[in-house]
Amino acid sequence: MRKTLLVASACLMLAVGPVMAQQKTIKIGFVSTFSGPTAVIGNDMRNAFELALDHMGRKMAGLPVEVIYEDDQQKPEVGKQKTEKLIASDKVDFLSGYIWSNVLLASLKPIVDSKTMFVIANAGPHQVAGELCSPYVFSASWENDQTPAAVGLYMNQKGVKTAFLIGPNYAAGKDMLNGMRSTFQGQIVSEELTKWPDQLDFSAELSKARAANPDAIYVFYPGAAGVQFLNQFSQAGLKGKIQLYTAFTIDELSLPRMGDLALGVPGAQEWVNDLPFPANKKFVEDFHAKYKTWPSFYAAQSYDAANLIASAVAAVKGDVSKKDEMRAEMKKANFASIRGPFKYGNNQYPIQNFYLQEAYKDANGELRLKTVATIVKDNQDKAAAKCPMK
Amino acid sequence: MSLSFRNIVLSILFIALALLPVYAKLAGDGFALTLFTRIIILALAAVSLNLILGFGGMMSFGHAAYLGIGGYAVGMLAHEGIFNGFIQWPVALLASAVFALVIGALSLRTRGVYFIMITLAFAQMAYYVVSGIARYGGDDGLTIYDRSHFFTPLNLSDKVQFYYLCLALLGGTVYLTWRIVNSRFGLVIQGSRSNDMRMRAIGFPTYRYKLACFVIAGMLCGLAGALLANHNEFISPATMYWTRSGDLIVMVVLGGMGSVAGPVLGALALLLLEEALPTVIAAALYPFLGVNASVYGEYWQIVLGPLLLLIVLFARGGIDGMLQDLNVRFARKPRVLPS
Amino acid sequence: MLLFLEQCLNGLQLGLLLFLLAAGLTLIFGIMDLVNLAHGSFYMIGAYFAATFTALTGNFIFSAIAAFAATLLVGMVVEVIAMRRLYGRDHLDHVLGTFGLILFFNELVRLVWGPAGMNVPLPEWLNGHFPILPGIEYPTYRLAIILVTLAVALFLYILVMRTRIGMLIRAGATNREMVGALGVNINLLYTLVFGLGAALAGLAGLMQAPILTVQIGMGENILILAFVVIIIGGIGSIRGAFIGALFVGMVDTLGRSYFPDILRMLLSQNAASTAAPALSSMLIYLLMAVVLVVKPEGLFSPGHR
Repeated sequence: MRKTLLVASACLMLAVGPVMAQQKTIKIGFVSTFSGPTAVIGNDMRNAFELALDHMGRKMAGLPVEVIYEDDQQKPEVGKQKTEKLIASDKVDFLSGYIWSNVLLASLKPIVDSKTMFVIANAGPHQVAGELCSPYVFSASWENDQTPAAVGLYMNQKGVKTAFLIGPNYAAGKDMLNGMRSTFQGQIVSEELTKWPDQLDFSAELSKARAANPDAIYVFYPGAAGVQFLNQFSQAGLKGKIQLYTAFTIDELSLPRMGDLALGVPGAQEWVNDLPFPANKKFVEDFHAKYKTWPSFYAAQSYDAANLIASAVAAVKGDVSKKDEMRAEMKKANFASIRGPFKYGNNQYPIQNFYLQEAYKDANGELRLKTVATIVKDNQDKAAAKCPMK
Repeated sequence: MSLSFRNIVLSILFIALALLPVYAKLAGDGFALTLFTRIIILALAAVSLNLILGFGGMMSFGHAAYLGIGGYAVGMLAHEGIFNGFIQWPVALLASAVFALVIGALSLRTRGVYFIMITLAFAQMAYYVVSGIARYGGDDGLTIYDRSHFFTPLNLSDKVQFYYLCLALLGGTVYLTWRIVNSRFGLVIQGSRSNDMRMRAIGFPTYRYKLACFVIAGMLCGLAGALLANHNEFISPATMYWTRSGDLIVMVVLGGMGSVAGPVLGALALLLLEEALPTVIAAALYPFLGVNASVYGEYWQIVLGPLLLLIVLFARGGIDGMLQDLNVRFARKPRVLPS
Repeated sequence: MLLFLEQCLNGLQLGLLLFLLAAGLTLIFGIMDLVNLAHGSFYMIGAYFAATFTALTGNFIFSAIAAFAATLLVGMVVEVIAMRRLYGRDHLDHVLGTFGLILFFNELVRLVWGPAGMNVPLPEWLNGHFPILPGIEYPTYRLAIILVTLAVALFLYILVMRTRIGMLIRAGATNREMVGALGVNINLLYTLVFGLGAALAGLAGLMQAPILTVQIGMGENILILAFVVIIIGGIGSIRGAFIGALFVGMVDTLGRSYFPDILRMLLSQNAASTAAPALSSMLIYLLMAVVLVVKPEGLFSPGHR
């Protein structure tokens, strides 16, 4: 059926002639995970992106916006295939999304080869911020090292002398553990990498951690794995015995399922839902009103990605073929970000603050996250030095 | 080749495949070219599997491993900066041959379901070994930054040229398989499938013949792997997972195990079904669900699953078998019995 | 030393869960000569049922029993509708047909329960830890798994060795035709055996559910391990499945614990961390290959088939 349509439209095109000066719609491709246990993250990102479009009346520079969401099934090669389909078959003007660093790394080449403007809504592998940086790639999130480095700084402030590291064995997992190492001044007793995403049974690693008896355990386990880890951490009798520090493990999505287990476990983030900026308040309140849940940082970053794209389209008045001008506009980060005003580095990654967040019970007995302190201001990722762009 | 219905269908198909790039250019549909290149490469893999499965009766559940081995040969060399196709591809073929030799030597001592399991085990071992090498990406896979270089003007990055290269290699593989199957060697293999004990009683060392067949099939699949790595510009251990071997087996059975061209039909059918079923399902449900019907297109495997079961139960000969049945219906002359 | 004991317990727990899966698989294969690739789907269905029932009733124990019964029912229905027609056919047909069933079940589950996966919360009394030895605080729930699976293993032993049905099962595993010729209602026997196998798989799934997540395709990975177990143990032998499962469980867990440390002495940190889980997974397949080459029928095969 698709083929008949293609042939028909081909004939039409040949008859009318290749005169396509003005774009009819702005097409955005959004690759995320919409199946499996981490589908909840993809849905959160989609909800936020849709909310952003609602807030701008579903138009950018007066042109209607069409978003095509594709599921990467958390697999690098599926993500790559979907990316190629969006570029070659759907001919999108912008790409966004991407939760997982390994999916992003696999999908990068077709994006850069085709010179498609790209705003990353989550994944931050150091290679893309460094040697693989490209003028077509912008980040609305962070580089993987930044957040764990902030946690490492906080652990120093707390006087932690020895730490045991556990994380998943894929691109981001290694970045998260290495990032913490880069700032932590104590001794790393051991580092355990678990098979990702299959292994959700951490009994072996927890037993080892208990035997090593460190001051603190540092982990990175996004999504459902984080829930499992906290569960098993408590079941192994370690809660209250050894202090746990996390990166990207506790967020608004996993919090309801972690329950009280998340209390007293600190994490770091570049955005917390109670940041006092007007754009943020509007985002959080409208999100909660529309979807009945609180937005996570995945959602917040997707919201920002949509607005960054809108600012670019507005600057060229809808003529998305003017990529250099769009890029120049995007480099200014001239839009109302939910994390407050920030600048872009030479590698087109944000230079931003990082805050310490903790879980607490609000007046309704609901578990929420709040900002406890600012760990570091205007932090730039270290990979920027490796990026040849100016 | 006689002018039977089946042969006419096959010829039309071949001509259609040969003319595809022309259609793609006119329609401006680059995706069709990408899709069909992938179909052709996997068809090549399926044809190689058919050699041992259909003709040899050796049910290998680890055939996808050779796709990975061939692919990683190209990928690893590319990662080290070696893009010369004249080095990459022979390494791919050699690695596949060695792997097939070792696996075959050990596995062919077993029979039936044990053979299935041991071939599966070896493929999983390959999967885990490759997942464990951090240097080449492990589980995350390896991006291949440039395709294999041969002599100019052959440029694999040119999609049309690459398509025709794959098509030519597929044609060559089909022809090669046809020659093997109809040779003395091939007849021993087929005889061994029917009754191994009898063949051995006659005096044929069937083990050696089967091993040789196994190695040839492995090498051809390794070639498919090298092509796949070039096509995707990416290789990951997932290519070797046992469910991928299952996909290849499905293509062979769907297309028809007894014929040389059958697997090509199977690959076309399966991969086009993958693309088309979502649209078909959405269209079928439209009168009931309206716009929401397109969501249900995602669940196309719910149709594919039982379809496979039905084919196993009722249409054992696959698509090619059905075509051959139609031969009888559309026969242009009454069948002449040999006098 | 204490760490080693704890890891052994973990290995025991994994082994016993594998036994549940392998027992069903080996029964089905031994008696009906049916290669059932969709066995992992029953594992998944049992887990999903448990998750749903727990969400509805809040009572984990009740839900577990209900999920077990539900999976038994589903297994018997599948046998009557689909499996029956595959008996006596080539193994290749079994593999293909049941491969199709895997696809079907995965999509069906996705349709009914959605793509996101589910969680099974444990009741408080199961969620803590238990000091089984001074210095070892072992998670209560894992202890419960060990006890329950041992009880099921005992039950199976009694069933197979001491009851009439068990006798028929053992006879069927050794010589199917004869059993049919002796006038036993083969159809009913097959349906029951298949249902039992499916229910055992479902039990394994629902017991794993609180520790791991309940998600689509969760059966595929563990199915392979189950096949390895029955190959090592010998097809048709429950005793073989038991010993094979314990063996595989131990090797996998101890390998995962100690292999990385061994490798780290030889390779760099990064290389060792990536290689270790992969190589320890490979260990099991290596074992199976060795067993197959040395003793192709497995270690405890129940005689001539």
